[in-house]
Amino acid sequence: MVASRITGEIMLKRLLFAASLLAGLGISSAMAAPDGAQLYGRNCAACHGENGNGGIGVPLALPSFQAGISDDYLRKTIHLGRPGRVMPAFPALEDAEVDAIVRYVRSWNRGISATYSAERVTGDPAHGRKLFAQYCAACHGAEGEGSKGTGVTFSRPRDLPIMAPALNNPGFLSASTDAMIKATLMRGREGTPMVSFIKQGLKEKDIDDIVSHVRGFENHPLSQEVTTAKVDRPVIAMDSPYDLNTTVENVKRAVNNNNFFYGRVQTLEYGMTSPANENQKQVIVYFCNISLLNQALAIDPRVGMFLPCRISIVETNGKVQVMSVNPAVLSRLFNNSELLRMCDELSKNYTAIMEEATL
Amino acid sequence: MRHPLKWAVTVACTLLLCAPAVAADLLMARVNRLFPEAMTLLQSSISSRGYTITRLQQVNENLERRAFKSDMYRVVYFGKHEEVRQATARNPELIPFLPLNITIFAEEDQTILVASHPQMLQEFFPDPELKPLFERWEKDMLEILDEMRETD
Repeated sequence: MVASRITGEIMLKRLLFAASLLAGLGISSAMAAPDGAQLYGRNCAACHGENGNGGIGVPLALPSFQAGISDDYLRKTIHLGRPGRVMPAFPALEDAEVDAIVRYVRSWNRGISATYSAERVTGDPAHGRKLFAQYCAACHGAEGEGSKGTGVTFSRPRDLPIMAPALNNPGFLSASTDAMIKATLMRGREGTPMVSFIKQGLKEKDIDDIVSHVRGFENHPLSQEVTTAKVDRPVIAMDSPYDLNTTVENVKRAVNNNNFFYGRVQTLEYGMTSPANENQKQVIVYFCNISLLNQALAIDPRVGMFLPCRISIVETNGKVQVMSVNPAVLSRLFNNSELLRMCDELSKNYTAIMEEATL
Repeated sequence: MRHPLKWAVTVACTLLLCAPAVAADLLMARVNRLFPEAMTLLQSSISSRGYTITRLQQVNENLERRAFKSDMYRVVYFGKHEEVRQATARNPELIPFLPLNITIFAEEDQTILVASHPQMLQEFFPDPELKPLFERWEKDMLEILDEMRETD
């Protein structure tokens, strides 16, 4: 009896020790279930709106959206994102955190959440293709690429209609079951341009055929979606045969010759220390092309973090180099296929300027 | 304590599981404040962490000069001199990524902030000496954006 009491006391002490250790580390509150509202605020609200009213992303609180999608669709969408279509994947979120976000998003739902069978719909994809061209392609694109643009527009009014999603997207195809696609086609989505195709006169068999065609996109993926490829080098760098000052002047001239205007030259340390203390061997030439800037912001206003265009000229141990961020790094961050094309152009521009300056 | 290692492992695992979630590729925040107010708060939040704001890039003014319409848009650059000097001395290829910056733009009566994850630099510059610096920048950036969200 005495022995068991001592053992019990030891166990209790251990538990108390562990509890006080965790509390001391500020873990006690974090041990609770993940906070869906907080996670939503951190990961989703910027695009989908604080209250799910949309803006950059889909208006998640829209009653017809809530009624038409399953929890599983939301979970998979968070995990997988929409490659190339701005909505990122969130692989770092734990399952419990994703569940908490889903519960939070569902708190806006006044109705019953939909659940769908995972069974494939059997239809005639050839007939579905014809119907898709007739009824769906105007909004969703001939190959299911989604409506033009990215939806990430500058100060876009947050009223409907929303952008037609890309159906030929691995994220969408993995997240959606055939039954969900079929239900959306049959009922439509009130408050958006997506109408009920039963009301448009199609038969259930026709809708099954369209679903079969959409599912067939899995075998014909769009090549432009691959924007998450690993970047070989984070910077484009070239050696200059000239001294630092001459190279700076060469870069300024090359900038003008390549349809950009030169803005200013500053050291990297400008503003961080007194001018006399700045490292004069780390110089940045800033430049811009306003028309290109306007185009870039129209594709994705978040690109500001890489503005303005800049080329750094650095002297290390008597060796001068010119360098810039590899724009491929940029497109990878933004998950935006349209931006990828612009980054390719920008990459060519940077390379041309640097080549000319170091020739 | 017969198995101190077990306890330590348990605590370490708990800490790992409770680490704050890192968003995908960009850090973003929507703030329920008009742009001028959000801009002031952002500068204050950056400065309170010991950073010097080196430049406020005026994007919308440049666009408007060429007759392109734009709402308020700035890029706020900031850094700590010693950190920047030491990091770029170790790896000059970091220069194109510095100073750190946060993009801030008006979205009607709200404001959106965007930044890249400083921790992303670890992938490109896997120097163990730079790792703590990238982690510190990441932590500061997360805190700044959290603080901005909490001003609602």
